Amino acid sequence: MIRLENVSKMYPRQARAALENVTIEVAKGEFVFLVGQSGSGKSTFLRLVLKEERPTAGTIYVAGKELNSLSQWKVPELRRQIGTVFQDFRLLPNKTVTENVAFAMHVLGASVKEIRRAVPEVLELVGLTGYGERRPNQLSGGEQQRVAIARAFVNQPIILIADEPTGNLDPTTSVGIMKLLDRINRTGTTVIMATHDSGIVDQMRKRVIELDAGSVVRDQVRGVYGYSG
Amino acid sequence: MRARFLASEVGIGLRRNLTLTIAVVVTVAISLALLGVGLLANSQVTVMKDYWYNKIEVSVFLCGSLSESPSCSAGAVTPEQRDAIQADLKALPVVATVYYESQAQAFTRFRDRFKGSAIAANVTQDQLPESFRVKLRDPKQFAVVQSAFAGRPGVDSVQDQRAVLEKFFSLIGVLRDGALAIGLISVLTAALLISNTLRIAAFNRRRETGVMRLVGASSFSIQLPFILEGVIASIIGWAIATGLLAALKTLVDHRVAPLLTFTKFFGWPAVWQASGFLFITGFLVSSIASLLTLRKYLRV
Repeated sequence: MIRLENVSKMYPRQARAALENVTIEVAKGEFVFLVGQSGSGKSTFLRLVLKEERPTAGTIYVAGKELNSLSQWKVPELRRQIGTVFQDFRLLPNKTVTENVAFAMHVLGASVKEIRRAVPEVLELVGLTGYGERRPNQLSGGEQQRVAIARAFVNQPIILIADEPTGNLDPTTSVGIMKLLDRINRTGTTVIMATHDSGIVDQMRKRVIELDAGSVVRDQVRGVYGYSG
Repeated sequence: MRARFLASEVGIGLRRNLTLTIAVVVTVAISLALLGVGLLANSQVTVMKDYWYNKIEVSVFLCGSLSESPSCSAGAVTPEQRDAIQADLKALPVVATVYYESQAQAFTRFRDRFKGSAIAANVTQDQLPESFRVKLRDPKQFAVVQSAFAGRPGVDSVQDQRAVLEKFFSLIGVLRDGALAIGLISVLTAALLISNTLRIAAFNRRRETGVMRLVGASSFSIQLPFILEGVIASIIGWAIATGLLAALKTLVDHRVAPLLTFTKFFGWPAVWQASGFLFITGFLVSSIASLLTLRKYLRV
């Protein structure tokens, strides 16, 4: 589903590479934690997969496409196959929950009929039935993140990228979000989650890829956050 | 993106940026109206040329007893000279018609024109020259008549009425060029204002465009609402500009035309034609300004 081959990324005017000779393969339907300190290259990895950046060297395959040769006007097509969730939710404050989720469908040209059918379904999946008419400022952080996940998932992406989705949430709420991501993963969606949250990683026992200073230092099936033998 | 959703997004954008939208509308209206005034001045020159050039004549004044020019040193024109001049005039290909005005006819016309004035009482018939009034097929061919007859014995002078009109036309021409120049500069100003407005709109809606990019909206559908906002503001400005031109036309018809009865004025078709041109200008300027701005500030 996602394959990086000897990928390096240098940013201009920075001595150290953000990613150095990274080779990773993520299969369809996998759940992968991407861990490492700030500046270890997690965000660069995610940006490369979304083709927000180009690698300095190496090749990247996402959903069967080689990104270096993918023309710029085909990038939106790539991004339609990837749902994205962030630490800061990025909801539209002047739209209701329903409108926020529907927005992602509207901009891709979905019909009102399709939207009326899909939005309640996905709100039910994330556990927000009955919250449709609220605005983001009337929701807790966990609820806002659920809306963001609903929006990322409503167009049925085959990959879901989550960048520190629990970074702003308390532990109890985080568990709920993780259960939700796990449920989405069970529908066959590949989930890649960058995180600092050792408790969650230890609890979930999923594949862990650890980056340090731009290199993969660990790739462990059913791993934990830190080295524990 | 469906039309209804697009319309609601554009509406939200225009309302959120209301003061800037108004500024764009007013600037576009004023700059297009100025351009339109230039275009109407241009049609006015054309109308006047058509109107006057059909009426103007070349006058070949013949020597009288009081003429002082060198070609009249032999005294008043003789009947033989007069006949020869008339025959030669009629033979010229550029000449359409030749009409002879005797001293008596000239005197009658003169008294008619200056009726009630002291001058009329003091002028006698022999002070006025006899002349040939010549209509040309093409009023611009005056030089042909001039070179053939000026200085010929019996001919006092050759006068072209067009020379007087040309001064008037060049005055209108200056007004036209001024209006066009100021209009073009303010159209440029409008383009810069549209560009800045869209830059602010793009900044204000960076959350929305960010989400659109992430879910994989094409750059066209991301940019379209912004382009439409610029174009809609321009179209409103254009409608106001057309209204201003129509008001100008009404003003000319009701206030100016009754005072200046010696000429015709541009008609409504000229107003609609100018309006059509302004629409194309406004549309092109706003969409090009939008595209260039958005290419810079809304990267995918």
